[in-house]
Amino acid sequence: MDQGHHKETFISKWVFSLDHKIIGLQYMFTSLSFLLSGFSLMLLMRWQLAFPGQPIPFLGRFLPESMAPGGVMLPEFYNQLGAMHGTIMIFLGIVPLGVGFFGNYFLPLQIGARDMAFPRLNMMSYWIYLLGGLVMLSSFMMPGGAAQSGWTSYAPLSVTAPAGQTVWILAMVLIITSSLFGAINFIVTTLNLRVEGLTWSRLPIFVWAQFVTAILLLFAFPVLEAGAVLQLLDRIAGTSFYLPAGLVVDGAPLERTGGGSPLLWQHLFWFLAHPEVYVLILPAMGIVAEIIANGTRKPLFGYKEIVGAMCFLGVMSFLVWAHHMFLSGMKTSLSYFFMTTTMIISIPSVAILTCLVLSLKGGSIRFTTPMLFAIAFLPMFGIGGLTGLPLGFTPTDVYLHDTYYVIGHFHYVVVTGTIIALFGGIYYWFPKMFGRSMNSFWSKVHFWLTILLMNGIFFPMFIQGLAGVQRRLYDPTAQLHNVAVQPTNVFMSYCAWGLLLAQIPFIVNFFYSMFKGKKTAENPWEATTLEWACPSPPLPHKNFEKTPTVHRGPYEYSVPGHKTDFYPQNAA
Amino acid sequence: MMMEETATGIPSGKLGIWMFLASEVMLFGAFISSYVILRTGSPLFEIPLREMLGIPLATLNTFILITSSVTMVLALDSIQKNNQKGLVGFLAATVVLGFAFLGIKAFEYHHKWAEGITLSSGLFGSFYYTLTGLHALHVIGGILFNLYILRNGMKGIYSNDHHERVEYAGLYWHFVDLVWVILFPILYLL
Repeated sequence: MDQGHHKETFISKWVFSLDHKIIGLQYMFTSLSFLLSGFSLMLLMRWQLAFPGQPIPFLGRFLPESMAPGGVMLPEFYNQLGAMHGTIMIFLGIVPLGVGFFGNYFLPLQIGARDMAFPRLNMMSYWIYLLGGLVMLSSFMMPGGAAQSGWTSYAPLSVTAPAGQTVWILAMVLIITSSLFGAINFIVTTLNLRVEGLTWSRLPIFVWAQFVTAILLLFAFPVLEAGAVLQLLDRIAGTSFYLPAGLVVDGAPLERTGGGSPLLWQHLFWFLAHPEVYVLILPAMGIVAEIIANGTRKPLFGYKEIVGAMCFLGVMSFLVWAHHMFLSGMKTSLSYFFMTTTMIISIPSVAILTCLVLSLKGGSIRFTTPMLFAIAFLPMFGIGGLTGLPLGFTPTDVYLHDTYYVIGHFHYVVVTGTIIALFGGIYYWFPKMFGRSMNSFWSKVHFWLTILLMNGIFFPMFIQGLAGVQRRLYDPTAQLHNVAVQPTNVFMSYCAWGLLLAQIPFIVNFFYSMFKGKKTAENPWEATTLEWACPSPPLPHKNFEKTPTVHRGPYEYSVPGHKTDFYPQNAA
Repeated sequence: MMMEETATGIPSGKLGIWMFLASEVMLFGAFISSYVILRTGSPLFEIPLREMLGIPLATLNTFILITSSVTMVLALDSIQKNNQKGLVGFLAATVVLGFAFLGIKAFEYHHKWAEGITLSSGLFGSFYYTLTGLHALHVIGGILFNLYILRNGMKGIYSNDHHERVEYAGLYWHFVDLVWVILFPILYLL
């Protein structure tokens, strides 16, 4: 709080800043860069999937012998790209963008706070995250390459994998530590720093979403940390936590006492990784709820139901993890339990989606760019969610498990769902962050190209999966039954490369508008929540000219008798 | 320094430390469940003879750690009554007892390693060193936290209406103690 009195240098203002807004921006630029790099890895893989065994044009010449001799990708390199794509996208891209950036920047603003509860801890979270990310990327330079046992790192394959896996574990421990610090900060900030009058029933949905997400991170991540430490010891200290007796690796028996269980890793991993799914989707739902209330000019349908459903989702997300393991030979009674909980958890997700759809009814919708993204989120996330149901039932999962159907399902949830919502959020809050607005035409070009191409990539995955194409295949044409659907792979690859080009309007528009965009007022969308009650951009280290007081709920749009169609939370 | 007003009325630092301890419960919970699952489920889980475990020494160590929790409570109690000397004395005792615990632990490690219970000798050894090692790291963390409070206490920074950090250090120290009270029976007595 005393920083306001000191003269700030470039370093203390932009690099080692304690201001939640600067830390938020650092998270945004870093995580968007990681998203782009994780996406690029996939673009390389798509070449191999579309044209297996052919040299990669142009780029192939620059890849070293250990990755792609003569420009043709090695199977080991393909595996590294796959494992790193998943890890980077989830842990270094989407979560830091959805939680680290959006949460850091807008949660304090929406609750009227001057900063997070622990600014120094906040700064540490960012730097540990950046360090973890760089360590993760550096693993490509290890002998034997980066981690190559999938983003799930199943033992014993991951235990006997080359050294890149050790780097993966160390990077994960750093990322987990960063997330835990962040989670503690978000929870305490939400509990303690709400301004006067901002009761729990007046909190914006976005804040609720971030709060539940932080609780999930707090309870789920330590379990993966424990799992990672055990895997590290298995790799470097000669223990056998995940190694059964009598393992033979590369034709030679493994000199270990054995007795451990590979399934132990799967349980510890999925105990984190299922709540992680909700960590990916809840902030997106929060953003969509904000945009929809603003774009329809009416209160959200079922505010209490959405909040209740989010809390219920949070609790239930800890009771469904083993539906990822139906094929591990678990007891039927156990699989029934997880099948039932999985069906139950679909109810709150559907409830939230239904409330958001019903919110559109009777609204005088403003089709702004953020609103386009928010409306697109609804059916796209719907497809992602509904295609998950057959994976939650054991009879259908037996067939679909580890096919491209699964890949299609979670990419619909995370890409056309979460990433679309996050883009919407960037367009929505851009004027708040920089005091300028983005070009509307190029935003819409970005939207339409992105949404069409994303569907072009992910919809054929369902067709492939139903045709029996397994995931993680280096050469899809090596199996006869895949050849029939091979043309879809070519189509998907062109869509993926097109998707990269479709991001150019976004990137150019973003940086151009940041410096040269049209200047906007404090509240360009005529919104009601508190972040629009402070200047754009908000004042360094204090946000508001004068600490606001809250008098009403978050979505008081079109209140009968009020002079405008929005009634801000802080208006007396 | 005035405490800032908070929406819940609880200081942010205190909520923060409770949240941190909640995540620690999950961390130790995951390790301990893994141990329980493999100990009850793996046919190759060999439990060493009771004589090899050195139960008397571990019992003494348990006693030392519980005593250190008592001195920690007395330290907090002293400062609540504005007794600066009491705070410093009892905190110093807590730190000394913490070091004593680590010393005995080191001797135990040495002894067990010589007897052939090592990190890679079998599942019991692996879990024994992992669980107690992680706990020992937490003890070291707690000692550092207590030393920091002790240094401030010797400067006379704390008083009866300003001693939140003494309480936070105490919460953490009791947690570390509690973890040992769970580890001791499941590693030595069962």
